[in-house]
Amino acid sequence: MHMDRTFQGSPTPGPNATTLARAVGLTVDMPVQLGASSVRIVDGVDFAIGVGERVALVGESGSGKSVTARALMRLDRAARVSGRVEFAGRDLLALSEREMTQVRGGDIAMVFQDPMSFLDPLMTIGDQVAETLRIRGVGKADARRRALAVLDELRVDRAAERLDAYPHEFSGGMRQRVVLAMALVGEPRLLIADEPTTALDVRVQDQVLDLLDDVSARRGLAVLFITHDLGVVAGFAERVMVMYSGRIVEDGSVDSVFARPRHPYTRGLIKAVPRIDQDLDRLYAIPGAPPPPFARPTGCAFHPRCDAAFAPCLRDVPAVLPVEGGRAACHLHASQGA
Amino acid sequence: MLLSVDGLCKTYASFPNPPVQVLHDVSFGLDAGQALGLVGESGSGKSTIAKCLMALTRPEQGSITYDGTDVVRARGADLLRFRRDVQMVFQDPYGSLNPRMTVEELVGEGLLVHRLEPTPAARRDRVAEILRTVGLNPDDRGRYPRSFSGGQRQRIAIARALAVQPRILVCDEPVAALDVSVQAQVINLLQDMQRQFGLAILFIAHDLAVVRHLCERIVVLHKGRVVEQGTRAEIFGSPREAYTRALLDAVPVPDPAVGRARRRQLQHQS
Ligand SMILES: Nc1ncnc2c1ncn2[C@@H]1O[C@H](COP(=O)(O)OP(=O)(O)OP(=O)(O)O)[C@@H](O)[C@H]1O
Ligand SMILES: Nc1ncnc2c1ncn2[C@@H]1O[C@H](COP(=O)(O)OP(=O)(O)OP(=O)(O)O)[C@@H](O)[C@H]1O
Ligand SMILES: [Mg+2]
Ligand SMILES: [Mg+2]
Repeated sequence: MHMDRTFQGSPTPGPNATTLARAVGLTVDMPVQLGASSVRIVDGVDFAIGVGERVALVGESGSGKSVTARALMRLDRAARVSGRVEFAGRDLLALSEREMTQVRGGDIAMVFQDPMSFLDPLMTIGDQVAETLRIRGVGKADARRRALAVLDELRVDRAAERLDAYPHEFSGGMRQRVVLAMALVGEPRLLIADEPTTALDVRVQDQVLDLLDDVSARRGLAVLFITHDLGVVAGFAERVMVMYSGRIVEDGSVDSVFARPRHPYTRGLIKAVPRIDQDLDRLYAIPGAPPPPFARPTGCAFHPRCDAAFAPCLRDVPAVLPVEGGRAACHLHASQGA
Repeated sequence: MLLSVDGLCKTYASFPNPPVQVLHDVSFGLDAGQALGLVGESGSGKSTIAKCLMALTRPEQGSITYDGTDVVRARGADLLRFRRDVQMVFQDPYGSLNPRMTVEELVGEGLLVHRLEPTPAARRDRVAEILRTVGLNPDDRGRYPRSFSGGQRQRIAIARALAVQPRILVCDEPVAALDVSVQAQVINLLQDMQRQFGLAILFIAHDLAVVRHLCERIVVLHKGRVVEQGTRAEIFGSPREAYTRALLDAVPVPDPAVGRARRRQLQHQS
């Protein structure tokens, strides 16, 4: 009765990219507060990220974006993670906790959704940025020198003076740069940025995106950029993956996803972005709200909110099938053989 | 003019540092039934203006005139009338609703305070009617805010504000904490309320795309000063100030070609 949803063949990055990281059948179960039962938060997700590739992971609040990202780095101790997570050919789920510590802050770094709570108010900016390196055995003077170089790279004015400042002396945008510096100082090959701009106002958001764009291009750094706003990623990402209720429902190059979204959910997310360059009498809103993971609808989880739903959508989980420019999990395409 | 703000100045003490003046001679007006956008980047003083309006803080200079009375100095019946006629919706749909009150209590509170519906039965009916108006199910009136989604909570907050039939709704970043997919639900609701009840709306935001859809008039605030104000066509069609243009340019456009062109242009500049 359960349809085979495994991706046809192994997940690949965008065209012309060598695979850096790959998740195959990634599943995350979280324990429920009371009792021994658990909830499936991420339900068999496949994707790949290429070397230097900029990929956006987009979806509404609660869709499982952060849980997916944290599972890649094995950050949630309570989570039961299954499937495969490969990085540069190694299976991360098979590593010891010690080896994993080397990977975090080394090959893979993460910027969290709430940067303010991530900074230690009692520690200077310089010490906080250098700490990532210190943990990995870099000497004090060397770590400080590299911290300064990264703050410079992130265009923090008078960075040398500000190494000795405390977080409260910085504006929101500056603090976000400090958090980015902490992630980048270890020279990762993959940066996972979880809603790094959501709490910022539009101008600061724009500056941070510009910085990320710059650093990623200069360093050949791959970025997994997580957001609920498709508008934000249009000018930044090369590829977009759309997540709904713990599953990837669409994945493709930004150009093809924006020009021809295959999943009605993706279409809704694009239409919902209010446009500064157009007059509309009425904004488009996706009706309803996303389901909680313990009440995931049968079949395609989006069907109760979908205006194109038909019988199979209520019954079968749609397979992730290749479409031109990417892949999509929607019965409309399966039946058309698109 | 329903509400007029003239020459507002506000300074915050920030001991041991010297006091900081966050509003400098701010003036603007709001007509009955109008939706006015107040925009500016973080820290420009938008919420401070809202606080002065709601009499949550006192400006040291300037006046706020509502329907002929000076609100800053109003007392007694005048103040009570103002407190009923001007309602506020806050940014955070999680923090602004008392978690221990049911939807019915939250929405009905204003009716009690202002003694608008004398009997419990009449209050119940009125609450049910408002819940329907904002697109919530009256059967949910016994539930607590935490069991609603962010968008629904913001509807509860709007229902709560609308219950006392205000003439002005002050909304401080009412959709900033919501997903793009549901923020339109709230904006559309505000637009409906404006059209249906002739409600005037002071809409505070830093995202000009949202403002473009809701507001006929826009006031641009920069470092506590009004740098430009005008109609929707003026601000979006031919902004005069460089600051306004910068705010407009920063709004992401959901079109990869436009986005990339803009990034290249930025890189070229830096
Ligand atoms: N540690 C946990 N234990 C149990 N459930 C969790 C845990 N962390 C997250 N969840 C649940 O998993 C689901 C997905 O959460 P997640 O934080 O990944 O969403 P998200 O897509 O990042 O949303 P947002 O945009 O709000 O950050 C949510 O329903 C959340 O309540
Ligand atoms: N109670 C206070 N005491 C001291 N300073 C304050 C206080 N409230 C606000 N400020 C300062 O006044 C300035 C204006 O703040 P305000 O909250 O009005 O800005 P805003 O435009 O609403 O910003 P945001 O978009 O971040 O909400 C800021 O510099 C802020 O730090
Ligand atoms: Mg998240
Ligand atoms: Mg504010």
